[in-house]
Amino acid sequence: MSATDTPKRSMRTPLGRVRNLGAAHSGTSDFWRQRLTAVAMTLLMIPVLVIIMMLLGRNQAGAAQILGSLPIAVIMLLFIIASAWHMKIGMQEVINDYVHNEKLKLVSMMLNNFFSIAVALASIYAILKLSSGV
Amino acid sequence: MVEFALPKNSKITGGKTWPKPAGATELREFKVYRWNPDDGKNPSVDTYYVDTNDCGPMVLDGLIWIKNHIDPSLTFRRSCREGVCGSCAMNIDGQNTLACTRSMHDVKDGAVKINPLPHQPVVKDLVPDLTNFYAQYASVEPWLKTTSPTPQKEWRQSHEDREKLDGLYECILCACCSTSCPSYWWNSERYLGPAALLQANRWVSDSRDEATGERLDNLEDPFRLYRCHTIMNCAKACPKGLNPAEAIAELKLKMVERQI
Repeated sequence: MSATDTPKRSMRTPLGRVRNLGAAHSGTSDFWRQRLTAVAMTLLMIPVLVIIMMLLGRNQAGAAQILGSLPIAVIMLLFIIASAWHMKIGMQEVINDYVHNEKLKLVSMMLNNFFSIAVALASIYAILKLSSGV
Repeated sequence: MVEFALPKNSKITGGKTWPKPAGATELREFKVYRWNPDDGKNPSVDTYYVDTNDCGPMVLDGLIWIKNHIDPSLTFRRSCREGVCGSCAMNIDGQNTLACTRSMHDVKDGAVKINPLPHQPVVKDLVPDLTNFYAQYASVEPWLKTTSPTPQKEWRQSHEDREKLDGLYECILCACCSTSCPSYWWNSERYLGPAALLQANRWVSDSRDEATGERLDNLEDPFRLYRCHTIMNCAKACPKGLNPAEAIAELKLKMVERQI
């Protein structure tokens, strides 16, 4: 990129531009939760795979019977929460990296939140419904 | 969105091939990025032939030879020619490094390809505009901050605490790391980049400094610090063998440490 390509010529000082609105004093929680959910998913992966293998080839009544067990239902619910949370933070990072249009970024962030929450709630509802046998 | 293609007026066109020097026995081909802000033309890549028997072994020696013997208009920064000042940072054969410490014999396969540091505005030829980079360095306030009364002699530091600055204080601010970082390419206005963050960690890690918390406060931001995704291009590029990615990881660790 040549100097003449700089899209906006600002009269602010370079330091003023860098300091801009100041630090948001956030980001650490997301950083920590992303690692927390990653570790949780690593630990839960094998039990979840075993449960999925157990569910293979069964009809709804059989699946309901397996998911009716408290430890199995809890493992599945924990996995859903960890993965949906991880997915939400991951996509948020991608949006922050690549989407520079502020309006588009705002909309993307909203959709990301809505989608993650909807996926998590739908999955949790499905597990609860099956495990409670309703 | 992020722009992956160069703007129209930055597309590189074919350049001039300068004649081979008369009487030279051993020649090395140099392909050098050229752009002049005054002629209104697009950037180009010029080809030069350097008489390696008549100049030193480093890429910078080759560039100086070209400037002295072939084309005095070739523009680049240089000063110490021994890897201390960081002026001659440029992209050589696809790798950001210092022209003064990279031997032209280490560049295999044909021509020595030289471009300015990536993703920075170009002032002319191989000279990038590092205004934003320096402002980011200034923003981490790279000086000792204390509230306690200044001691009559020096601020004391144990040998162990001094050792914590090893791998941090050696940075010469050449910008090889920051300009090799994709996160910095996409968000250089808001992400401080590996060089400024390594320097920030140098002051956060200094046992004599009394503004550690304030420094961390100023860094705690989804963009300033957390655009680093440990891509590690910075560590690969650093001509001083430092590891900015590790310094950034230490900063993140301190952020988590004070929170949980």
